Amino acid sequence: MIRADRIIEVDDLVKKFGNLTAVNKVSLAVRAGEIFGFLGPNGAGKTTTISILCTLLRPTSGTATLNGFDVVRHQNEVRKSLGLVFQEPSLDIKLTAMHNLEFHAGVYNIPRSIRRQRMEEVLKLVELWDRRKDKVQNYSGGMRRRLEIARGLLHHPKVLFLDEPTLGLDPQTRSHIWQYILELKEKQGITIFLTTHYMDEANVADRIAIIDHGKIIALDSPEALKRRVGGDIVTIKTENDEAAIAEIKERFNILAQQDSDGICIEVKNGEEFIPVLANSFKTGLRGISLRRPTLDDVFMKLTGREIREESGGEAVLRKQFSMSQARGGRFT
Amino acid sequence: MNNLRAVYIIWYRDLLRFWNDKTRFIGSLITPFFFLVIFGTGIGSALAGQFGDGTMDYKQFMYPGILGMVVLMNATMSGMSIVWDREFGFLKEVLVAPISRSAVAIGKALGGTTIATAQGVLMLVFIPYVGVNVSAAGIFTLIAVMFVFAMSVTSLGILIASRIRSIEAFQLVMQLMLFPLLFLSPALFPAGTLPPWLGIIVKMNPVSYGIDAMRQAVLGVEQTAMFGLELFGYRMPIILNLAVLAAFGAIMAALAVRSFRTQE
Repeated sequence: MIRADRIIEVDDLVKKFGNLTAVNKVSLAVRAGEIFGFLGPNGAGKTTTISILCTLLRPTSGTATLNGFDVVRHQNEVRKSLGLVFQEPSLDIKLTAMHNLEFHAGVYNIPRSIRRQRMEEVLKLVELWDRRKDKVQNYSGGMRRRLEIARGLLHHPKVLFLDEPTLGLDPQTRSHIWQYILELKEKQGITIFLTTHYMDEANVADRIAIIDHGKIIALDSPEALKRRVGGDIVTIKTENDEAAIAEIKERFNILAQQDSDGICIEVKNGEEFIPVLANSFKTGLRGISLRRPTLDDVFMKLTGREIREESGGEAVLRKQFSMSQARGGRFT
Repeated sequence: MNNLRAVYIIWYRDLLRFWNDKTRFIGSLITPFFFLVIFGTGIGSALAGQFGDGTMDYKQFMYPGILGMVVLMNATMSGMSIVWDREFGFLKEVLVAPISRSAVAIGKALGGTTIATAQGVLMLVFIPYVGVNVSAAGIFTLIAVMFVFAMSVTSLGILIASRIRSIEAFQLVMQLMLFPLLFLSPALFPAGTLPPWLGIIVKMNPVSYGIDAMRQAVLGVEQTAMFGLELFGYRMPIILNLAVLAAFGAIMAALAVRSFRTQE
């Protein structure tokens, strides 16, 4: 049953609180080294599932293993294998950053000989080394989050759980924190289990499970999920719109629409379409852009509802995209 | 071994927090000051040598009672710190760590006990004012009694804290418990001269045994003979008082550990 490449296995997991079924027969497997996104509206069962995986709650029925250990029967081994950044703050704000880390090092039994070096390593990673002797109560929200991430990594866990790691942070800080998370994955090869209700943030995941009312309604890569919605949208700006529309009709048999942004062309695969189009277009082209369906569109399509009320922040989204492009363009 | 280390770390953190909070340390002297200096002087003057057999000042009598009060109030604070940790999220960091829940409860209990005892020791600065002669052995016994006393009350506090979610509710419960525990004990009046209905309740209160033991340690066994706590007509010596207290503490600690271990 347990396979080496599956760091987390969840089978038919159910958690009931009285009459409320918070998690309803959830099954999933997370591969070692991937970023696994858990996406859904508030109250969908994300945190409850994480709490079970982290041994904070007992499942009503079903099983879950982490790093090969059962989350009910081998709690200590499970706890040693995971690092956790909670949705709510969980630092001792009356103590300094160093004291918070020392406490963590102590309860996770990190040998004294390497303790100091580890603390320096994680604090430098999140750029808090210079502030290590400050009490956490003097930290900003973003700094506290970064310290929590550093603490979660201190004992070199196999899996890092990030439960809404950027909740309530300003866009700039959010993008900063994502930078650390992506760096982590690349440098440390750690498995990251992430929950968020910000659609743009879920894009960094290798695979995403969409959860609604305690049930998983879709599980796939962000790209594959978006493909369920339909094609890409290629927008071009030209010197002569009428001639361009006629040319597209003639060459591709596609009826292009003119709108305020330019001419919109709906195609199955935008990335393949653009070079073909640009290669031998007779009308003068001034610009080409490609828009993908978003995860918002996916959730809308699957449930008929919007995932959330508040905005994820367009600025972060853009920054995220340019950042991932710089890393090889995987997340575009 | 692993759990022993966890107990130590939890204990150490509580002490570190306490050490960082000097205001609390000094501020905790204010309430006992009012009781001892103002209330003690007032009642002492009203009694004007009529207290007991007339050889002892009232404030000398009440001093061990106030020591008990200080330990009692501070010991309940460790329960408060658990509720506080839950409210501010730090408890999760503790609960998800690879250490046993028992170690968490015991570490918290020892932390609270150490702090409450330290606060009690700080109260010894009032000895010259009260004007009692306490031998070195008496001080040693006193500290030992305060420690066992603090341990019992801390465990009770942790037991309550493991079941209560909000800071407000915990404070309310503690207020409702603190006053009966204090007033239904021989802290402010002798147990020997009470009407039977009150005498029985006082004997049922575990705090009474702690205060009686402290009084014997501070004032001496002979001097407190007339105020002494009697159980079935037998004058309780310090060691038996301690035994009652320790038994109560052990039950509370066991319940606290058990309650802390239950998982949703």
